[in-house]
Amino acid sequence: MMDAIILQILNGLDKGSAYALIALGLTLIFGTLGVVNFAHGALFMIGAFCAVTLSRIITISHEVVDETRTDFLGNPLKVDVPYVHDWLGKETGDVIIDWAVPLAILFAIPIMILIGVIMERGLIKHFYNRPHADQILVTFGLAIVLQEVIKYFYGANPIPTPAPDAFKGSFDFGAMLGMEANQIIYPYWRLVYFAFAALIIGAVFAFLQFTTFGMVVRAGMADRETVGLLGINIDKRFTIMFGIAAAVAGLAGVMYAPINSPNYHMGMDFLVLSFVVVVVGGMGSLPGAVFAGFLLGILESFASMKEIIDLIPGINQIIIYLVAILILLTRPRGLMGRKGVMED
Amino acid sequence: MSNSNLTRRGLLKTSAVAGAGVALPTIFTASSAAAFTNEPTGSTVTLGFNVPQTGPYADEGADELRAYELAVEHLNGGGDGGMMNTFSSKALQGNGILGKKVEYVTGDTQTKSDAARASAKSMIEKDGAIMITGGSSSGVAVAVQALCQEAGVIFMAGLTHSNDTTGKDKRANGFRHFFNSYMSGAALAPVLKANYGSERKAYHLTADYNWGYTTEEAVRSSTEAMGWETVAAVKTPLTQTDFSSYIAPVLQSGADTLVLNHYGGNMVNSLTNAVQFGLRDKQVNGKDFQIIVPLYSRLMARGAGANVKGIFGSTNWHWSLTDEGSKAFVKSFGEKYGFPPSQAAHTTYVQTLLYADACERAGSFQPCAVVEALEDFEFDGLGNGKTLYRGDDHQCFKDVLVVKGKENPTSEFDLLEIVEVTPAEQVTYAPDHPQFAGGALGSCNNGA
Repeated sequence: MMDAIILQILNGLDKGSAYALIALGLTLIFGTLGVVNFAHGALFMIGAFCAVTLSRIITISHEVVDETRTDFLGNPLKVDVPYVHDWLGKETGDVIIDWAVPLAILFAIPIMILIGVIMERGLIKHFYNRPHADQILVTFGLAIVLQEVIKYFYGANPIPTPAPDAFKGSFDFGAMLGMEANQIIYPYWRLVYFAFAALIIGAVFAFLQFTTFGMVVRAGMADRETVGLLGINIDKRFTIMFGIAAAVAGLAGVMYAPINSPNYHMGMDFLVLSFVVVVVGGMGSLPGAVFAGFLLGILESFASMKEIIDLIPGINQIIIYLVAILILLTRPRGLMGRKGVMED
Repeated sequence: MSNSNLTRRGLLKTSAVAGAGVALPTIFTASSAAAFTNEPTGSTVTLGFNVPQTGPYADEGADELRAYELAVEHLNGGGDGGMMNTFSSKALQGNGILGKKVEYVTGDTQTKSDAARASAKSMIEKDGAIMITGGSSSGVAVAVQALCQEAGVIFMAGLTHSNDTTGKDKRANGFRHFFNSYMSGAALAPVLKANYGSERKAYHLTADYNWGYTTEEAVRSSTEAMGWETVAAVKTPLTQTDFSSYIAPVLQSGADTLVLNHYGGNMVNSLTNAVQFGLRDKQVNGKDFQIIVPLYSRLMARGAGANVKGIFGSTNWHWSLTDEGSKAFVKSFGEKYGFPPSQAAHTTYVQTLLYADACERAGSFQPCAVVEALEDFEFDGLGNGKTLYRGDDHQCFKDVLVVKGKENPTSEFDLLEIVEVTPAEQVTYAPDHPQFAGGALGSCNNGA
């Protein structure tokens, strides 16, 4: 039983990492710009497709006819040979292809920041002074548009985007702790995901806490008007924050690509949960978002244990919403919500 | 439709057919004098292809549509004739159906029962479709089949694998060529026994909906009959994307085999997650851990990528079959579209030919006459060997393929290899088998 509990905590940390990363971006945007961004899930999805795109770019190939084999119609088989094989040799080429997902991190950062800035300047800016309902409608519509654009170019099927071979398989915690082998195993890549999420979350907090830029943004979050009166161009900084939030969601997506093959609606799957995470954590509270992300991830993992489902059938499907209701009934502002946010 | 023929009966007929477009509920109130719903009166006949064109199964739907277009081309005498040349029945002449040119309309099921019913209804009422075919999910098939029964048109099911389509939800106007959960279980069991032995502990993860239940039941009963033990069966929500919390406890349960009763996106994700957990590299009870996927499709194999290598499953048809029918189909499809057809494309192409052939043999488009022509019809040459359309439940009985994920694929379409062709006798069951109990065909409906 102890093994099962440890296993589900690990699982929850890993699920929670994705929730926390998406919720962190959502809260950043909400806290700085006061916009409820329903297109945030789509940014996560686009991040995952950055990984797909880079691996496609790396494997751009030319056809070589292999006379010794035939295709399904009996014609000589055309084999695709990636250009990197020609340029760098087969071995080096294969290593680069193998490491496409980690490489995509570098590829995704500028793209995501750019998409974020364009989104903010081009569309969302015009909705700052509109009611939240308008913002939700326009960003939700944007999410659907982005989704369909991706489907147009990449199709509706999930696209396998594996992690490097070095991270295949799983780590045996049980054996490490001197317990029976095979009882507590966890995939290497998911451990990498957790570590990566912790790193990004730490970096965002450090950036806001220890840089002048971050200080101004935090001041702006607290009182936008006063900061403006001091002669600081807060709008420009908020645009940059939007870009950063988009990059955080995008990176969460890049690293998630090997966990579940990316498809065009993966963003929507995460969006609703991430909103619950933000609301439970407290609107506008960054630590709240992170804490609630991990909390709900762990609860969800426990609720899908067979023993628990046998006890309360269907609990795995409603646990997150159940907890959200309980928390909002007892703490209407969420776990770490501040007074005055979304209460005007 | 002729306006010069002004007899009382002719006038009635004309106004009823014309009225169908104006007064929507005509078809369902059956207050017209036409012999049957959407009786073709001109030089053409319209078929309705109802496939997922948007949503997660859009790619599978697109392949079905390609096959339908190819079938229409062949029926109208175009192309190389494909499987019409190998089909044991020679009633089709390449001049349409009963001399009428075949035209078609398409609808989008979105893989949602309500959307599928709405698009089928619109094709029947507005476009005058005389037959509806397609679909990529059992929920959709059952819903559309019931609608076609009410409306008085024939339904030729596409990809639907749940026992219920020709079990408790069967209808007299509905026909299924595709195989079902029971057949998958019956075909897989002997192969699993030969490869993995008769002492295995199986852990089932089952998609929480109709198809998942019937598949779990079929695989459990056939594997338990050969000595396997089922240590646990856990239902997973259909909307689940990350299956880690369901897969993590598998090893702790002492199971040495994982059965994934999942389809589509569920299967791609659960299999990918299971492989990530390194389950297949583990040894349990002194045996190599194994994963089984009862129903394979190319869509899923592509999504799961290298993870499918060496994993057993079953399929209705595969392009690497070497019988004359399959070869003819692969050739005409491959030359037209540039890649081999999927099993979804095969079953929909065959269903269209079977419908057209039944009309020819019956000498009529009247649904009850078509039903009679299809019931207990035996045929060959359509890629699955000798096949029987059983009259008791309108299910086709034919060989089932057991396949395995290929170790060294030559292309993105070459992902599965055939391990065994299980003969039809081995997957045949009595019409009143408990897994198909309840429900009745009822009588055929001509509508109108």
